[in-house]
Amino acid sequence: MNCRSEVLEVSVEGRQVEEAMLAVLHTVLLHRSTGKFHYKKEGTYSIGTVGTQDVDCDFIDFTYVRVSSDELDRALRKDALRNSGGDGLGQMSLEFYQKKKSRWPFSDECIPWEVWTVKVHVVALATEQERQICREKVGEKLCEKVINIVEVMNRHEYLPKMPMQSEVDNVFDTGLRDVQPYLYKISFQITDALGTSVTTTMRRLIKDTLAL
Amino acid sequence: METDINSQDRKDLDKFIKFFALKTVQVIVQARLGEKICTRSSSSPTGSDWFNLAIKDIPEVTHEAKKALAGQLPAIGRSMCVEISLKTSEGDSMELEIWCLEMNEKCDKEIKISYTVYNRLSLLLKSLLAITRVTPAYRLSRKQGHEYVILYRIYFGEVQLNGLGEGFQTVRVGTVGTPMGTITLSCAYRINLAFMSTRTTGEDTGVTYPSVEDSQEVCTTSFSTSPPSQCVFTVTKAHFQTPTPVVTDTLRVPMAGLAFSHQLSSSRLSYQPAALGVGSADLAYPVVFAAGLNTTHPHQLMVPGKEGGVPLAPNQPAHGAQADQERLATYTPSDGAHCAATPSSEDTETVSNSSEGRASPHDVLETIFARKVGAFVNKPINQVTLTSLDIPFAMFAPKNLELEDADPMVNPPDSPDTESPLQGSLHSDGSSGGSSGNTHDDFVMIDFKPAFSKDDILPMDLGTFYREFQNPPQLSSLSIDIGAQSMAEDLDSLPEKLAVHEKNVREFDAFVETLQ
Repeated sequence: MNCRSEVLEVSVEGRQVEEAMLAVLHTVLLHRSTGKFHYKKEGTYSIGTVGTQDVDCDFIDFTYVRVSSDELDRALRKDALRNSGGDGLGQMSLEFYQKKKSRWPFSDECIPWEVWTVKVHVVALATEQERQICREKVGEKLCEKVINIVEVMNRHEYLPKMPMQSEVDNVFDTGLRDVQPYLYKISFQITDALGTSVTTTMRRLIKDTLAL
Repeated sequence: METDINSQDRKDLDKFIKFFALKTVQVIVQARLGEKICTRSSSSPTGSDWFNLAIKDIPEVTHEAKKALAGQLPAIGRSMCVEISLKTSEGDSMELEIWCLEMNEKCDKEIKISYTVYNRLSLLLKSLLAITRVTPAYRLSRKQGHEYVILYRIYFGEVQLNGLGEGFQTVRVGTVGTPMGTITLSCAYRINLAFMSTRTTGEDTGVTYPSVEDSQEVCTTSFSTSPPSQCVFTVTKAHFQTPTPVVTDTLRVPMAGLAFSHQLSSSRLSYQPAALGVGSADLAYPVVFAAGLNTTHPHQLMVPGKEGGVPLAPNQPAHGAQADQERLATYTPSDGAHCAATPSSEDTETVSNSSEGRASPHDVLETIFARKVGAFVNKPINQVTLTSLDIPFAMFAPKNLELEDADPMVNPPDSPDTESPLQGSLHSDGSSGGSSGNTHDDFVMIDFKPAFSKDDILPMDLGTFYREFQNPPQLSSLSIDIGAQSMAEDLDSLPEKLAVHEKNVREFDAFVETLQ
């Protein structure tokens, strides 16, 4: 099975980064979350109800819909905050994966089945008028991104099979109280305005220190 | 159409499509109410949430949707359409969007009804929730109020896109394949916002089809984790309490020239079929009323009287200004013609309100010594006042705008002046505020343009915030009536209080010493 990969790019001002990331993350997770499973006898299960709520952005003329789960929102905000601030290019990957049990001593294998990559280009604006224009433009761009996300979601391509009760933790994140998203992880890569990544900069620093 | 679908699956599919259509209408109409929607997640299935999504049902919307469907289902050549239009206070109307739920001939015979189709319909509803917030009409609907309202109309049959103007765009929300055809949900939205006259009405096809049993069924679905061939799907029928539609007679939209009234709102609830040839503008149901009638869900109430944006001007106030919207959510239906916390209405009635004692506090603080124009003052003050600067909260004192004969500065009142120094000074300041209030006859109220806010033709959130902030309601303890009543009591108890304080002189002295 090949992992499905989608890439989205946005150019935002510094203070818009967090909201733009959250808008994309929540829109994807809205589609990739179900209600809590309640397994019954005879292998059947029922599904809880997913609520939704509108979120108005403060720095962007944009409203997005997220799943009504404060736990999920907190977890995503913690992740989105790590990538906010500073100029340059940042990249966030939201990866949905399945766990495959392995025998000891090998650890469980994480097999991604869908990866969303959001490339965020941070710009610095000088005047208030530019910022106002940026608010509207970024809002329009995010509208396009939502349409792109919805288009991908409705292709009805591979989704993990609904698991048995014993394997539900290999497919879904069952740690939240009110909703159940597919297992996901978020990773970042940040490069500064000069195009060098944080890791290469650190490597150079260490090398220079050792060279002395 | 030849299919291998069995009768039970067919029944289930019809039921799913029917409730999907009803939920689609709810999502679209609720997204155009002008407010943020919020529903709660529930880890336990409640049994009444179709497609495992918490989408509330506004009874009137369901009623109209069922009427439009008339027992039929979307099928090939017969689409269910929700038309969203805008109507201004002058009576001009304009179609903004047409949402279409259609069925085409492409069948997917292998698909599982009870499992896959159901889950995909759920996904499609989530996509609809997301897409309804990104079309241009959403931003317009969030700003509806005095100048325009958003209306909806549901019809069944052929899709009519003529009213959208030239160059309209289409966005596809999604598709779900079924053995009977592929369900497609899409939206065509207007790009050109120039006003057009009232469009012609649509017509039903007039063909009757076998109706689907209209039952209020509770959706309790159980899914099996065993292989698809052994799938077990159970749907339990339970009595689903439909709340009776509540018509509140107090929800009124104050819009000049549109004559919205209780009578009109009642008549609008009696849906007239489009085939009768009545103009669509008359048939369209204001989302205002649909929302307000569901009083048990206050977060869905339409909030009339919000700042209305001019449709032709894409510039809008700061989207993130939530303070106004939060405040406006306290709209009480019993308010009748006017919303209490409606900055925009105050904005439009500037001249009349200006004479009602809305003295700018900066005017009160002007002295004979420094005639300065503050940052947010409307107009430089030509006259000077003798109000002292050193009385705190002078601006909140009751402003007496009576004639000069009643002005305490001219004819000081006898007893109240001497009793409580603070109150006395407040009264005098209030009076002098009144005297300065008389100077308001010389003022011409102009639009309040606070610094750093965007200067455009729309009412500004920042300006209305400042205006509200500068004119807070009076403290009841500072009103003259209550003050006058307590004056006599204070006067009587004064000797006793003095005696008590004299007894405790030593304690006071010790206290003062500790402070030093």
